[in-house]
Amino acid sequence: MILAHLPALQIVVPLIAAPACLLLRRGTAAWFLALLVAWAALILSVLLLRQVLAGGPISYELGDWAAPWGIEYRVDAVNAFVLLIVAAVGAVVLPYARTSVAHELPESQHAAFYTALLLCLAGLLGVTITGDAFNLFVFLEISSLSSYVLIALGRDPRALTAAFQYLILGTLGATFIVIGVGMLYMATGTLNMMDLAERIPPVSDSRTVLVAFAFLAVGASLKLALFPLHLWLPNAYAYAPSAVTAFLAATATKVSVYILLRFFFTVFGAGYSFDLLTLNHLLMPLAVVAILVCSTVAIYQNDVKRLLAYSSVAQIGYMILGIGFVSVSGLTAGIVHLFNHAMIKGGLFLALGCVALRIGSVRIEDMRGLGRRMPLTMFSFVLGGLSLIGVPLTAGFISKLYLVRAAIEQGEWFLAAVVLVGSLLAVIYIWRVVESAYLAPSPEGTAEAPVAEAPLSMLIPTWVLILASIYFGIDTSVTVGVAQRAAEMLLGAAP
Amino acid sequence: MDLPGLYNYWVVVVLMMIGFYVVVASGNLVKKIVGLNIFQTSVFILYISMGKIEGGTAPIIGEGWTVYSNPLPHVLILTAIVVGVATTALGLALIVRIKEAYGTVEEDEIQQKQDNA
Repeated sequence: MILAHLPALQIVVPLIAAPACLLLRRGTAAWFLALLVAWAALILSVLLLRQVLAGGPISYELGDWAAPWGIEYRVDAVNAFVLLIVAAVGAVVLPYARTSVAHELPESQHAAFYTALLLCLAGLLGVTITGDAFNLFVFLEISSLSSYVLIALGRDPRALTAAFQYLILGTLGATFIVIGVGMLYMATGTLNMMDLAERIPPVSDSRTVLVAFAFLAVGASLKLALFPLHLWLPNAYAYAPSAVTAFLAATATKVSVYILLRFFFTVFGAGYSFDLLTLNHLLMPLAVVAILVCSTVAIYQNDVKRLLAYSSVAQIGYMILGIGFVSVSGLTAGIVHLFNHAMIKGGLFLALGCVALRIGSVRIEDMRGLGRRMPLTMFSFVLGGLSLIGVPLTAGFISKLYLVRAAIEQGEWFLAAVVLVGSLLAVIYIWRVVESAYLAPSPEGTAEAPVAEAPLSMLIPTWVLILASIYFGIDTSVTVGVAQRAAEMLLGAAP
Repeated sequence: MDLPGLYNYWVVVVLMMIGFYVVVASGNLVKKIVGLNIFQTSVFILYISMGKIEGGTAPIIGEGWTVYSNPLPHVLILTAIVVGVATTALGLALIVRIKEAYGTVEEDEIQQKQDNA
């Protein structure tokens, strides 16, 4: 009975638990409920992935209203993988959040914090699982609005302006998406994604569909922080509470990349989007610029959260680069990097949250000598950094390997070189942090007063994600297997 | 091309551009939210005006009527209006907090205070 309704439960459980958190009033009770729900969501997403891998795409009609009139939740290999990413990050961040949030937010805001976090989780899961284009917009706005709230809860007053800037830009992006969906509805009369895929080809040269394509491309690019539209991201990540930065960095942009994949490969079709309208000719140069420019900008940052935020924009460039190859290996590279980057960046931001808890700052100069005083935390940062660079035996290496392979397959030697140069730039900015933590002497007066290691409730989730990023660099059968299946499905080779 | 017959789309385009311009060009945070609202309203008009069927009546089953206007865009826009209201409420709440923190809602003054801090 539960197994038959997995898709609906995946959304309903976090969605109903969110107001329940608010009603619980006390922070600890709200946290505990949120923890249980996040772990339940993870179990549900694992079950869904196994069902999809065994039996092919699942189609679930909400309320038993038949598609295309009713809203359909359609889970295939791509969805199920992204659902797993989002649910896994949520399940890891929630145990961490208790101490982190207790330290960074006043007691009166805790219940509201967990409410917003569960709403964000429900929204992100909803965007991923739905098979209806307008439903996607609704869930996107649910997740976006709750993430504006979460970011605004940061201690620094600049969190407020960062959240406001993200609100303006994020709403513009989502409104562009809804304009695109409206125009598609005008041209085809349906909102169901699979139905749209069938009805677009006959009207594909009408101006309405072309403009819808353009609006959807710009809207999705804004939400996923593709190069010139990334301006909201550094401030939002730098000033948000630590648990929020880790959660959003590992989920929000990945789900937006999924939106891009879903609209341009499934709804419009790879042939229309890339052979006819050559969207990849727009995405690839922007991705290259994102990788090179944002990695370089990251080198000059003194605030490590801001450094990692610019690094995230560069890593999103890698994902878009992989997707832009429009080949099975390129798409596999892009999708596997979705997973790997979520693990790596999530782990890195969680480690930074541990640092912020103990020394109250995440600036490089304040982290001098921290390698000796907080060995476990900083070692997890080093491992995460190695994975970000793409050292062999880490997950980052797998992503870079597949990206370079996809580039060489198409004879694009310049793009393979860009991937490698990006890794070299990552070495520089990771080295800046590592040098400060391990090679610089501790600031005066602190060497005698030892800073304690971070509490276990924060260390364990950090190490879970960092070890995951190492493990999935050694045993790639699950991640690459699912990603390859997803890529083949998106390109229409296999269901 | 039936330009006068497409006047609803002209209204949409004009409102959208006005809203977009206000968001981008105004320095006052409240005005940005107002511009965002105008921008979203243009999208509502786009959806609703496309739902009207010529010769169709309101989508309530009645005797003797065979052609009805499409109710689906109306449903979609009700949802979108709620989303717009929530966004406006959130934006204004953020502005209240920003005013408490910085004492002003002018973007350049806030930027100055942040640079000086």
